[in-house]
Formats: sequence, structure tokens, C-alpha cells
Amino acid sequence: MTVRRVMGIETEYGISVPGDPTANPMLLSGHVVNAYASRGGARAAKASWDYEDEAPLRDARGFEMARQYADSSQLTDEEDPTLANVVLTNGARLYVDHAHPEYSSPEVTSPRAAVTWDRAGEQIMLEAVRRLSVAPGVPGVNLYKNNTDGKGASYGTHENYLMRRETPFGDIVRHLIPFFVARQVMCGAGRVGIGQDSTSSGFQIAQRSDFFEVEVGLETTLKRPIINTRDEPHAVADLYRRLHVIIGDANQCDVANLLKLGTTSLVLGMIEDRAISEDLAVSKPVATLHAVSHDPTLQTLIELRDGRSMTAVQLLWVYLEHADRYLQSRYAGELDADTAEVMQRWTDVLTRLERDPMECAREIDWVAKLALLQGYRDRDGLEWSDHRLRAIDIQWSDVRPEKGLYHRMLSLGRVEQLVSDEDVKSAVVMPPEDTRAYFRGRCLEKYAGEIAAASWDSVIFDVPGHASLQRVPMLEPLRGTRATVGALLDRSPDATTLLRELAAATG
Amino acid sequence: MPSQEQSRPQRRDEEPDEAPAPATAPEAAARKDALDDDIDSVLDEIDDVLESNAEEFVRGFVQKGGQ
Repeated sequence: MTVRRVMGIETEYGISVPGDPTANPMLLSGHVVNAYASRGGARAAKASWDYEDEAPLRDARGFEMARQYADSSQLTDEEDPTLANVVLTNGARLYVDHAHPEYSSPEVTSPRAAVTWDRAGEQIMLEAVRRLSVAPGVPGVNLYKNNTDGKGASYGTHENYLMRRETPFGDIVRHLIPFFVARQVMCGAGRVGIGQDSTSSGFQIAQRSDFFEVEVGLETTLKRPIINTRDEPHAVADLYRRLHVIIGDANQCDVANLLKLGTTSLVLGMIEDRAISEDLAVSKPVATLHAVSHDPTLQTLIELRDGRSMTAVQLLWVYLEHADRYLQSRYAGELDADTAEVMQRWTDVLTRLERDPMECAREIDWVAKLALLQGYRDRDGLEWSDHRLRAIDIQWSDVRPEKGLYHRMLSLGRVEQLVSDEDVKSAVVMPPEDTRAYFRGRCLEKYAGEIAAASWDSVIFDVPGHASLQRVPMLEPLRGTRATVGALLDRSPDATTLLRELAAATG
Repeated sequence: MPSQEQSRPQRRDEEPDEAPAPATAPEAAARKDALDDDIDSVLDEIDDVLESNAEEFVRGFVQKGGQ
């Protein structure tokens, strides 16, 4: 068990046209996707999506929802030609999801790589904004890496983790709910306003928490559950499940993002190995989730069903101690660099959150945002209901470096970056080398004109001399890496050659 | 049962090369003081880029729900 596993992050961006709140967000989101897809040199980006393996109504608990009972927003697999939907050379998917442009990162194998390709998504959205700002006949669009408008609407940032299918889903639910109730203190993005539509004024830790209403469920757009049961592995279903985590906020701080992915992966590893010996079940998880988010002093007590009570930080210490003991017993201190980094950062952040949360203003989004907001409150005597504070909350996540307040704080040296801009720039066009995203991305880079469609687990070619489309299945996320297909891709000048060599190698 | 007194994992000796060592407590305290001192200069910088009409900006930021 380490932090390493196949993972990825999907982010729906907030979208608006300055001065025109009635602009059609679906149309605008389509403009965003097409603006990026049509940029110079992006010939790879025109491949469309292959929906054959999508099953958004399949439930991890073992049943499938009848389509007629589903809310239309749950039918994510029906092809609509008016919706833009492309695959990129870095292995990511860029498309319109409901009323937002969404960037789904390629599959990676470490939290650090997840941060890198998530940041690449920010650059892709920024490029789309830049292109639309000069495009004739299209309104200028601003994009925000946040999760609510503060008026009752929320949109998601989802994490995906590949897990062993044999792990009982009940174990995941039991051990993950308490962790998710507490995790927000390390990786919440901060929000001005309490309640889904900001009925009360104030500051809270997480953008998303108020929008979670049940403990377990299939929905993602209504009655949002702490544990989402969508069972759509995009991989060999008998071997794997893809845990679809919908409760997180979009992070801009690298450290918080790294910890979100890294600590969750460790907890999942312990669940798979049955290494969490105690029951940490929380008495009222949904109400407690809200209460923890509403208390930036981090003093709120979480009541466990066994009678114990502890703060969110203390509960996270319990998970960290389990992880530390387990890693010591398995690896005797010889940790891989990714796991060592997450454990060290996790320990460091909990230590300082416990001492004084404001000490984490360089690492954690909600603390960084609160420090700025508090500066304005102190200087200008502002109440939490003041429009200026709400405006700062929104503008914090503007993807433009000259306008986005996170980016301003970064350029002022107020937040810490873990991944260099150079690595992110490379990840905008290059896929990770150690998952099937490598095959997908390189195919898009080299053979875009011969690709009819692609998806997480397939690339479909339309090559001369074949009456039918040629579908290359990729149901093993760790196959199709640079080590296994890099040379083959390098020496195949066209898709016909590639397919012939693939057939020879596998046949 | 966890408590404040319980021993906690110590920072590892073998830290990865690429990860900077976290600040020690005195350093963090000094840094915090420095932050307090220059927050005004930060606010001055941020003032320059803030949306000019906050109320209209907030009212105009209306999203449809997503996942």
C-alpha cells in the first residue's frame, strides 16, 4: 500500500459573461471547448467520444437504475452533436458537462502527477478564455475554478481512484465517510456564505459541503451523497472498480491538492488491505460535515457512534497514525518518494492546523483565502455580508493570472507551489507515460486524422482499406504505457502500420 | 483512543529530495509575524485588480448546477 494507484481529477469550471448573467451557459461552454480544440496545431483534438462503455446508472451496490426513473442530468452517455466533446493529446477529455466546461485529466499513478495534469487543465481553460476574448462574434467568457455561485448552484470536482473489485463496498463506505467528514479541513477551498444559497453570512471551509445531503447514493446533481456509488469502472469490471469521489472542492493550492489525492489514496489502500482495525463511524455524518465546514477555528467536535468525540484534525491524526503504523510494518521506513512526501506533508499540515490554522495560509486554499478576506475585514471594517467579500471569494478562482486572486497571491509569493510551471506546460500537450493515457494521447498526436473516436478505454480508428472501424480496447489502465508501446508508436508513421503491428504483437 | 498526549508519527529522516522541509515552529511564527506586517501591501496590490463594482459582479455570477 502506497499513495500510488491509478487516479485522476475531473473539474467543471464556473462560466460567465461579464455583464450578461442570462447568457446560455451550455452554448458558452461549447464555445470554450471548441475554442481550445480549434487552436492552431491542435489537430489531435477533433476526435469525439466513444460512449460504448459508459454506464452512469450502474450502481456499486449491485443494481442498475431504470433510465425512465433517472433525472435527465444523470443521462451522461447520450450523444448530442450540439455538445462539444474532445480528447486531447495529453490524454485528457475536454467537454461540456451539463452547463459547464469540464476538463477530465488523464489517468496518472501518483498524487503529484494528478496535481500536474490538473494544473494543465487550468492552462487549457485559460487558453480557451484568451482565444474567445479575441474571437469575432463570440462573447468574452470568464472561467472560474470553483464549485458554487453562492446562490444555490454547485458543480463538481471529482476524484477517481482505481480500486480492487474484491474490496467490499460496505468497507469503503464505513471507513471513508468519517474521513470525508474531516478531510475538508486540509483541502477545502473556502467560501463566503453559509447554506446552499448563502442564507446566512459568514465564512466556511469548503465550497461543496453544504450541498451534500445524504450518506450514500448514485446521484451527483441532486441529493448529493458523501459516498457516490456510480459503478462505471472504464476498465475490466471483474477486477477493478473506479471509486468516484464527488465531495471534494477544486483546489488551486498544490499542497492541498496533493494531500487530497494522497491521503485519500492511502486510506483506500488501508481499506483494501483491511488495515483500519477500529470503527470510526460518525453519529450524524451529513450534519457533522456541515458543522465542520462552518467552523474555521476547527474546534467543532465530531461525535463517533462509539461515544468518542474529537475535532476533525484529531480524527485525521487517527487515520494518519493508522497509515504510519501500516507503512512502517510493510516497508520499515523504506518509502517511495511519493508516499514519503505525502506522509511528511500530512504530518506537517495537521501539526500546524492544530496549533493555529492560519499557519497554513501558504498551503491550503481555504486558509489562504481567509487570510486575504480577513485582511480586508480588518482594514476596511467589512461585515461578512459585504458584497466586496463575496466578490473576492468568486474572483479568487478566476483562471486569468492577472485577475484571479489566487494567482495574484501566488505571484506575490504568498502561496507555495509544488509543481513547476514548466512541468505543467509540458503536461498541457504530453500524456503521462505510465498509464494507457500515453497510448491515447500519442495516438491523438500522431494519427488524429485516422481516429474516429476515443474514450477512457478505447481508441477507434477509421483507416483506409477497412470497411469497418477498428476499435482498440484498453481495459487495463496500466497497459499502453511508454515502456510497452512507445517504440511502436515512434516507428509507426500511420495508423495502418500501428494496427498491423499491434495485431502481430497480440495475435 | 486518540488524545493530545498520544505520541504521533515523527517527521521522517529520509525526506524526498524534491520536497522542501517544512518550516519549524519558530520559523513559522516568524513568518506569520512577517505576514501580518505586510498584509497591507498585499491588499494594496489586490485592490488594483478587484472587480470595480462588487455588487454587480456578484449578482452577475449566476451558475447552473452541475454534478
